[in-house]
Amino acid sequence: MTVPLEKVGEEMILNMGPQHPATHGVLRLVLQLEGEVVKRIVPMIGYLHRGIEKLCEERTYIQNLVLTDRLDYTAAMSNNLSYALAVERLCGIEVPERAQVIRVIMAELSRIAAHLLWIGTYALDIGAITPFFYCFREREKVLDMFEMISGQRITPSYICIGGVRKDITPEFLEALKSFTDTFETYILDYEALLTKNPIWLSRTRDVAVLSREEAINWGTTGPVLRASGVQFDFRKATPYCGYENYEFEIPYGTNGDCYDRYRVRMEELRQSNRIIKQAMANLPDGPILADVPYVVMPDKSDVLTDIEALIKHFKIASGAFQIPKGEVYSSIENPKGELGFYIVSDGSSRPYRMRIKSSCFVNLSTLPVMVEGRHMVADVVAAVGSIDIVLGEVDR
Amino acid sequence: MNKRELFQYVRSASPVTLEGARECPDCVEVRVDAKDLLSFMRFLKTNDVLAFDLISDVTAVDHYTSRKPRFDVVYHIFSLKNSQRIRVKVAVDEGESVVSVTSVWRGAEWLEREVYDMFGIWFDDHPDMRRILMPEDYKYFPLRKDFPLEGIED
Repeated sequence: MTVPLEKVGEEMILNMGPQHPATHGVLRLVLQLEGEVVKRIVPMIGYLHRGIEKLCEERTYIQNLVLTDRLDYTAAMSNNLSYALAVERLCGIEVPERAQVIRVIMAELSRIAAHLLWIGTYALDIGAITPFFYCFREREKVLDMFEMISGQRITPSYICIGGVRKDITPEFLEALKSFTDTFETYILDYEALLTKNPIWLSRTRDVAVLSREEAINWGTTGPVLRASGVQFDFRKATPYCGYENYEFEIPYGTNGDCYDRYRVRMEELRQSNRIIKQAMANLPDGPILADVPYVVMPDKSDVLTDIEALIKHFKIASGAFQIPKGEVYSSIENPKGELGFYIVSDGSSRPYRMRIKSSCFVNLSTLPVMVEGRHMVADVVAAVGSIDIVLGEVDR
Repeated sequence: MNKRELFQYVRSASPVTLEGARECPDCVEVRVDAKDLLSFMRFLKTNDVLAFDLISDVTAVDHYTSRKPRFDVVYHIFSLKNSQRIRVKVAVDEGESVVSVTSVWRGAEWLEREVYDMFGIWFDDHPDMRRILMPEDYKYFPLRKDFPLEGIED
């Protein structure tokens, strides 16, 4: 791929990636350097492009669920949720209350898992090795809980159209309780390692600043937008899954630098923990799947014993169902920002067009604004990490 | 401002004639003519009541042979102030171009590049119109309906 950069005088063109540990995947950055100062930076993406939007047009709505796991694979549960909500809105399906609360628990757990992965690897990029081990210790616990409930650690496909695939078990609740009870003290551990660490401060403070106006103008969402001083969260602005019933704060920063992005995410860990505690305390009884026979899969145990359920299962799995004609845009607050699904239905069992709006993609486009002319090569690593990109979602 | 108020306000205050406006279950949807796009988008952003300041998404839908003009370019814009979203659609035929909205929202830059990359719709006055996901020498536009799922071998 040719690069639209020209070397002038003593300048130098440096290629960073696509195989570079600090780019968290296959991101290629082309840097135009004058000495060590970055004059221009051109992100080159598409190395992980799998054509998920095209694939979705050829598969049924039920099959597409597993593709959403593979977008932002650090928070697959949230992706499932966003997709399920979009299809439910299209069909007008009301999800039972118990399933909604379980969805909130799962979405917040995946936020914790995603942020822990980010803190660990970001600190590793900048040179602090210890936080990685601390963060992954707790992340393992979250993944173990996912495995307990869905049989999968990374790609659970647990939240499905109409509710959740299986009811949560007492063992899961027990594990969740011991996790939420102790998690606050672990957050203090991470903060003790980083928040006032002078090396950490000098590497992140006033680095890759994005002003409030720039952040809005560039369409960023999630922690990147909040760190720039906008107190905005889709969970509060356009509540879904009953988020209006939970008490939590929206943390936000003032400077819009890497340090503020770190502080925002750290505080979000606390708020997520708080939400999970409230959800556990108010877990209602009742069904976990909406009773919409034409598109919601029956319970697996019924399929094994009941002929009606078996027929229903067979019909839905083989694509013999119809989704109402229409279009919908639905988005949620993913750990990285807004994850939106725009689905155009022509009345068949396959979407006519399915667009995935990825926040990582939009947030990454601000990288030149953050870095060009202001920073040196080493700060590029700090800047890229602070945006928190997952190339699976950038390239789709 | 709720969705109904927004819908009525957009219809009455719009500086350009709307080809269509309806209240969808998810948001308000407006269709404008391609020549009016930029002035309508400026209105959405700069109007103090609406304040559509955050661009959510730019994409396209290929209607292939079922409709002429062939494509719809679809914009989703969010207002932080009102917590409301609007969908703006512009019809464009194969080979025609649309004016870029990067002068209104800078965040449209990569989103429009992706639309060009996937559908072959050119955006005028765009600061950096190149392919973004596919290789630069790629000849096809993969999200068009006439592009097969398994790809085309060179």
